[in-house]
Amino acid sequence: MIGWIDTIIQGLLLGGLYALFAAGLSLTFGIMRLINIGHGDLIVLAGYLGIVATDALGLNPFWSLVFVVPAMAVLGYGLQRVVLNRTLGTDILPPLLVTFGLSIILQNLLMQLFSADSRGLNAGPFETASIALPGGLAVGVFPVLIFVTAIAVIGGLQLVFSRTSLGRAFRAASDDRVTAELMGIDNRHIYGLAMAIALAIVGIAGVYLAIRTSIDPTVGPSRLLYAFEAVIIGGLGSLWGTLAGGMILGLAQSIGFRLDPGWGILTGHMAFLAVLVFRPNGLFPKTRDR
Amino acid sequence: MSQSTARYSVERATRASRVGAVVLLVIVAAIVAMPWWAGRADIRTVTEFLYILALAQMWNLLAGYGGLLSVGQQAYVGLGAYSIVVLSLKLGLNVFLAVPLAGLVAALVAVPTAAIVFRLRGAYFAVGTWVVAEIYQLFVANTASLGGGSGLSITNAVRGIPAFWREALTLWFAAAIGIGALVLVYLLLRSRFGLALTAVRDSEPASESLGVNVRDIKWVVYLASAFGCGLVGALIAITKLRLSPDAAFSMDWSVIMFFVVVIGGIGTIEGPIVGALVYFALREFLDGFGSWYLIVLGLAAILVMLTSPKGLWGWFAAKYDIRFFPVQRRLVLGDEAKESAS
Repeated sequence: MIGWIDTIIQGLLLGGLYALFAAGLSLTFGIMRLINIGHGDLIVLAGYLGIVATDALGLNPFWSLVFVVPAMAVLGYGLQRVVLNRTLGTDILPPLLVTFGLSIILQNLLMQLFSADSRGLNAGPFETASIALPGGLAVGVFPVLIFVTAIAVIGGLQLVFSRTSLGRAFRAASDDRVTAELMGIDNRHIYGLAMAIALAIVGIAGVYLAIRTSIDPTVGPSRLLYAFEAVIIGGLGSLWGTLAGGMILGLAQSIGFRLDPGWGILTGHMAFLAVLVFRPNGLFPKTRDR
Repeated sequence: MSQSTARYSVERATRASRVGAVVLLVIVAAIVAMPWWAGRADIRTVTEFLYILALAQMWNLLAGYGGLLSVGQQAYVGLGAYSIVVLSLKLGLNVFLAVPLAGLVAALVAVPTAAIVFRLRGAYFAVGTWVVAEIYQLFVANTASLGGGSGLSITNAVRGIPAFWREALTLWFAAAIGIGALVLVYLLLRSRFGLALTAVRDSEPASESLGVNVRDIKWVVYLASAFGCGLVGALIAITKLRLSPDAAFSMDWSVIMFFVVVIGGIGTIEGPIVGALVYFALREFLDGFGSWYLIVLGLAAILVMLTSPKGLWGWFAAKYDIRFFPVQRRLVLGDEAKESAS
């Protein structure tokens, strides 16, 4: 029984990491209807940037965030303005294909630069520290930190969305691209900012991923799938829905892992398909795919 | 009235298409005779070219004409490959008899799959098909009798077939599938069905309102594409003789289909041929530079998509008005009509 409670807690906390993977995707998908196939590889890129920065600085890996997050944000703005804005339109083939190409390029460049060996970041004793809970349970400090970060990031995004003029522009561009432009909003710039924010979050997610486990250049696509699944389970345009989606996915995976180590990923995918079959728009949709 | 009808005619063949048909026949004859005049390495390369062409043509049919942007066709490649394990290695059926059955297995599995993924549209469909492919891969990797995650050798299934005949038959099957896919798509698109298909691609609501059964059309295209990918998967298994879930269900198959079709020209029959030639040229040229050919291919695909979305062939055909496989009807004005028009 204790074992199962532990599994559930671990699964929900794992969902925090998936929500971090997914928050940026939820943002760009919600605002621009852009399916970034390279999202997972960008997470891996951020992880490697964290490794490089940590090697150079010689400090605790958390300090690398100071470098990685702004670098990813700049990359995001540039990527959106120079490449991705040209692909937006009614046809979904161009954005799908261009980000697919981006994914393959990133994977193979990382392979050339860092080889196929897996690497990770070492955050010292912090990584294995845990808090004792009543009933003989224990939760890791780092998984809790990841979860708290996810809540902070999504809460922050929600504030930006509902309280600032930038958020208003995001919502306007999401609801009606053309009318937003007529109202004097520069969509290209707004989209650039959305991608910058999305990749800043990817920066955090990548460094956390590299601390939590080891990464190699091929692990990007499965991170993309988890992120996408969290977004779709939660419902398009709903940031808190994305957190819930991540938690449902994390829960399904850890229950699967407990039943049979080979089944973890499989049960996660099955949960995703089940939601799609019964609630094609996700659990808490705020806007519709057009 | 009879006078005015004489002023124009509807043309469905071009000079290029008549030349193209002859050239195609010569190439087919040369390929079929290859075991007697070419070396083993060349036969292997041509075999691979043909199945890459078949895969590209299948994805082109699906995405370029059917508008179904699947990122999960590697599911059917993998299922076709593993059908050889079950049918030949376990049940002892001749591998070459098992190839068409492998295609059927893939098409059969595609039926329940389509029932689920057809509930999704656009981006959801794309990622949904990808997740389904992952699910099939994980099922195979978790089945110990299929070799589990580390895979297995199927050398025993081809034991007793002389190497010459094995390679010759593989080549002929690849030719039948690669060129068959080409001819099939060509004939399909020239038929009534092809008209409906392109109408669906251009506008679903408009074609539906004109009485096209959109749902049926998508089913046919999806199942046909699964069948083709299954055949190719079975052939790949016979060529490689060693299978693992990671390789058989690899995302690389989708990567190749995407890049070949897009670089060559999506929604054209000639496009995948051009794209496959570019793919092979790049791979040979950058041989020895690791995965750089994939980086160059990715860049090329992005560049083509941003600058000329109809691909190399689309650009070429528009510039010189050459079509080797014309599927559209073209109005040719007679002399009188030209005079009265000017």
